[in-house]
Amino acid sequence: MSAVVSPRAAVADEAVLVARDLAKSFGGVHAVQGVSFSVEAGRMVALIGPNGAGKTTCFNMLGGQLKPDRGEVILAGQAITGLKPRRVWRLGVGRTFQITATFTSMTVRENVQMALISQEDGVWNPFRPARTRHVAAADALLAQVGMREQAERACGVLAYGDLKRVELAVALANRPKLLLMDEPTAGMAPRERVELMALTARIAAQEQIAVLFTEHDMDVVFAHSDRVIVLDRGRLIADGTAEAVRQDPQVRAVYLGSGATSGGH
Amino acid sequence: MFDLILTQTLNGLASASSLFLVASGLSIIFGVTRIVNFAHGSLYMLGAYIGWTLVTWLGPTSGLGFWGGVGLAALLVAIIGVVIEVAILRRIYQAPELFQLLATFGVVLMIQDIALATWGAEDKLGPRAPGFKSFVILFDNRFPTYELLLIAIGPLVLALLWFLFQKTRWGTLVRAATQDREMVAALGVNQRLLFTSVFAFGAGLAGLGGALQLPREAATLHMDLSMISEAFVVVVVGGLGSVTGAYLAAVLIGILHAFGILIFPKITLVLVFLVMAVVLVVKPYGLMGRRPVGAARGTATAEPLLRPADRAAKLAGLVALILLAAAPLVTPDYLLLTLTELVIFALFAASLHFMMGPGGMASFGHAAYFGLGAYGAALAVKWLGAPMEPALIFAPFLAGIAGVVFGWFCVRLSGVYLAMLTLAFAQIAWATAFQWVELTGGDNGILGVWPSHWAVSKTAFYYLALAICAACVVLLRVMVFSPLGYALRAARDNPLRTEAIGIDTMRVQWVAFTIAAFAAGIAGALFAFFKGSVFPTYMAIPRSVDALLMVLLGGVQTVSGPIVGAFAYAGLSEQLMKMTMYWRFTLGLSIVLLVVLFPRGLVGGFLALRERRDRSDKDGAVVTRLATEGAP
Repeated sequence: MSAVVSPRAAVADEAVLVARDLAKSFGGVHAVQGVSFSVEAGRMVALIGPNGAGKTTCFNMLGGQLKPDRGEVILAGQAITGLKPRRVWRLGVGRTFQITATFTSMTVRENVQMALISQEDGVWNPFRPARTRHVAAADALLAQVGMREQAERACGVLAYGDLKRVELAVALANRPKLLLMDEPTAGMAPRERVELMALTARIAAQEQIAVLFTEHDMDVVFAHSDRVIVLDRGRLIADGTAEAVRQDPQVRAVYLGSGATSGGH
Repeated sequence: MFDLILTQTLNGLASASSLFLVASGLSIIFGVTRIVNFAHGSLYMLGAYIGWTLVTWLGPTSGLGFWGGVGLAALLVAIIGVVIEVAILRRIYQAPELFQLLATFGVVLMIQDIALATWGAEDKLGPRAPGFKSFVILFDNRFPTYELLLIAIGPLVLALLWFLFQKTRWGTLVRAATQDREMVAALGVNQRLLFTSVFAFGAGLAGLGGALQLPREAATLHMDLSMISEAFVVVVVGGLGSVTGAYLAAVLIGILHAFGILIFPKITLVLVFLVMAVVLVVKPYGLMGRRPVGAARGTATAEPLLRPADRAAKLAGLVALILLAAAPLVTPDYLLLTLTELVIFALFAASLHFMMGPGGMASFGHAAYFGLGAYGAALAVKWLGAPMEPALIFAPFLAGIAGVVFGWFCVRLSGVYLAMLTLAFAQIAWATAFQWVELTGGDNGILGVWPSHWAVSKTAFYYLALAICAACVVLLRVMVFSPLGYALRAARDNPLRTEAIGIDTMRVQWVAFTIAAFAAGIAGALFAFFKGSVFPTYMAIPRSVDALLMVLLGGVQTVSGPIVGAFAYAGLSEQLMKMTMYWRFTLGLSIVLLVVLFPRGLVGGFLALRERRDRSDKDGAVVTRLATEGAP
């Protein structure tokens, strides 16, 4: 394993998430090859890299959507490698998707209620009306993301930025230790982006949630991350503070395309 | 032994050819237009009938007469295909796939009556092909040369198709459209012409298949549905959109039939569908098929909100129930019988709606569970000597257990594939009832399934049916709004999100499938005692389509829809049957018109009107399309 490991990753006791030597190939394409990093409680960590760097593959291995060929995922000291998404969620991982995933035939509140029902009671009761369950808790979560006023609206008619907030509230419903956000601000207006990330950072600090997010917008990355991890062609090429990464010659080469590149071909 | 194996293999290969012609047409049409053409079996039937007429007219003894007739028949069926495409399908390419299927089933009904009116109810015995009337001796067995010709036609057509698709511009467009329709449209290809020509081509293949079949078997009015269910099997086993897959699957099914008759004569039909089930479980997209790109469920737009009944709706429901309860006081006896049937069908439709609406799982074989409920009751009466009460309790469990077994397979698929698998399972159930004569009496059914003494009178049985059905419908409704119903809707709306909040989508769907089967079984059991007898037709395709029509007529995404739909549909078809001999044609035409005019169903259409009136919060909110992130 040739990846650079930050000194922080070695301090395992405060890391909520540890990825160790993750690798995944599709046919002959080595999408992710031996990536290791960690995320600590209350921290915002950005995972960046050019298109095809392996960010989404990495994410899906952490969230359980993909099974890694090699390596380990450890959540709060417990190995969760290769578990199904629903098991990963039960162990305390919230997830938002690149293309917002909400239930469009339900209201905003019902979306959150669904997650709460799944967390608190399970879904097997065929008789009790679902609408009356966990209303207060759902509204509290919605208030946290600023969607309390729109609780009764259908998710199918929301503006995109609001939909992202709903998804965040849903992801927070199981009081996660770790929040995985794949391109949380994709498709949003610049002001909305800043608002959403500031909100996420505030909640993360408040609830001591570790946040790992991928992002294309460098302004968002440098403004809202405590640490930045850079992938290129499936390998980790940098891991450090925003400022350190910004200065890293290898990162600059990858992004600006000048000089030598990491793998070379 | 060896010669037997050889003969049966040749027999299998010969019967595979027509199957392949029909299935490849179906597959090509699906690949390009994304329409599953239920009427493809009807085109095959038309090919046979038209071929019969033309060959008889042109002179069956001359080579030119026979082959000219066969060719012309294929051409005429292709032209009929053009008419269907231009008049109906072109208008509904944007509609949900279920409605498209429904519209093509409307065409099936219309063609059935057109064929009946044109050629009559008698089977038309086909002429033998001139020049191919003799036998060859293969391993001391006489083998008809026409069969050998058919065996050669399969690979020949396959090669021709290959040439067409690889070497011509039209073929390239068809392949491109099969892979990515939007892209082909964006490149400025005339899609209308492409779609029409593809449909005509597929129809022509089906017509050719039908005409070529003439020397082997007579043209009958039943060949449409028996062919379409086998063609579905072939297409699904081979992989939707794959011609080579269709050939492999046709050969597999043909040979299976040929040997099945030797080894398990009783369960040949079951065997075929069993193979399909196994293939789908191992390779969900068929032998040569690929996972469909994009949303597999075909729900392009977001489903509307589902709200519990407001006071007005509750009141309306209560009034309806009171009216139904008071009905025996005023209605004459014959109307009471109709009402009993309607009430039973309302439960049947509601059970299908439960899995189809909130669950997003369209079943094309829901009659299986209705029929199993009916047979459960009848078998309990006949073999266990049970009175009505325990039989009514026992029967739904037979349907429910079948739901558990079949559902396990079905929830692994989605969209058209799921619909086809449900159809296959219904055909298994139907074939079992039809072929296991010792147990079920086969075609003669089981008679003498009468209610207990206290429920014999029409009024008493009506109240029994009304009480049970109303209770079950209310219960199903409660379930829709329960955590289970919500989870079911969640799994339909967005499986990715559902799994990401800790819910086992497949298990939720499996449970819902079983509940729907159980409820249909209750309806079936009541129906058995209502009619006093059961027959395999209770599980046949038309009964499944009845249920689908009721649900779609009422509107899939409304909870009260199926009940309104059941009353509207059953009432309509009964009136039609009384009014005209050609009720199928009228019904088919109504279905087609309905799909073209009201793609959201009756109640759905009503709600849409109300929504339009109520839309006050038009604050520029964007309707966000339901989107799921495909696994990379």
